Amino acid sequence: MQTQTEIGYNSKVEGDVVHTRLDAAINWFRKNSLWPMPMGLACCAIELMAAGASRFDIARFGSEVMRFSPRQSDVMIVAGTVTYKMATAVRRIYDQMAEPKWVIAMGACASTGGMYRSYAVLQGVDRIIPVDVYVAGCPPRPEALLDALIKLQGKVGREPFLSLQKRVA
Amino acid sequence: MTAGELAQQLKARFGDLISAPVEFRGEFTVELSDAECVAEVCDFAKKQLGFDYLVDITSIDNYGADPRWTVAYHLYGYGHRCALRLKTRVSEEVSELPTVTTVWKTADWHEREIFDMMGIRFRNHPDLRRILMWEGYPFFPLRKDFPLAGKPSNVPEVAFTNSAPLEGGPFVTAAGGKSATAREPRVRPAETDDHPEIPQAAKEGK
Repeated sequence: MQTQTEIGYNSKVEGDVVHTRLDAAINWFRKNSLWPMPMGLACCAIELMAAGASRFDIARFGSEVMRFSPRQSDVMIVAGTVTYKMATAVRRIYDQMAEPKWVIAMGACASTGGMYRSYAVLQGVDRIIPVDVYVAGCPPRPEALLDALIKLQGKVGREPFLSLQKRVA
Repeated sequence: MTAGELAQQLKARFGDLISAPVEFRGEFTVELSDAECVAEVCDFAKKQLGFDYLVDITSIDNYGADPRWTVAYHLYGYGHRCALRLKTRVSEEVSELPTVTTVWKTADWHEREIFDMMGIRFRNHPDLRRILMWEGYPFFPLRKDFPLAGKPSNVPEVAFTNSAPLEGGPFVTAAGGKSATAREPRVRPAETDDHPEIPQAAKEGK
């Protein structure tokens, strides 16, 4: 069921009361404060930094808080080539992130292994962790990453949060 | 003092052990016939000839030839600013030669890399472990008989590998093609290469 309701709020009409569904409210909080775990592994990380800096300003989408601790982050941005040697560490950091959590595979290497058809490179980070959004490019422009973030926000906003919860009698 | 003179001095000291210096585009190469003497020769090169900087050590897999391995030492001296390349060959059965970490400490990581990628051991190396791949990885990936796509392996809790899908590749370029279409990387098996636009000389790598 779609819960992409815009929250229109007019304090003169409605006083201090807002009517909404819990699903919509929680998803609204979540999608506008997606804190990234910057998994910068190669040159894509430079574009990720550019996306965080003033010209592109990822803060406009509520994701400026790069957390270098997986315990405090919501979305892992895998930016760069994942080698087999690094794969176990990426998986472990993903496991340490608290639910709910999402993954953006940024660039050709993280998505498919890219140009590295090689003995040393994992052929796409989706072999070890579930990916929500793939970003094409080598490396992708910061705009492309921001677009992926908006796409992810759309996905988070549509999540049927309450029906996914276990019912406690 | 030129690189050629230094190479001659090295030959004068070690005689038949060292081949006559070969010059190619201003670079001098000497070949050492017995790999067991490499530490001794390098020690002389450093202390008497002033080659105080070991630029790199590389290894070549002459797959199908005997001896199979070539190990090349690139020497440089900051005093005389001359470079010299020292090559020596090692057979596959031996696959071992003395370390030069006793001469240049920097040889430590260079030798570890050769051990990791090619599987050539260095006797009396202080810490001969893999440097790029992990402990327990069973292959030597830069050997010619190792496929580009890799082979599956698994060291639990450390790392795993799988074969990469090459989709008909590897994609190779052909130098000497007349048009960009002929030169660009394509699936081009070496044995069945009948591309009409590539001159015969380019095919043979000349």
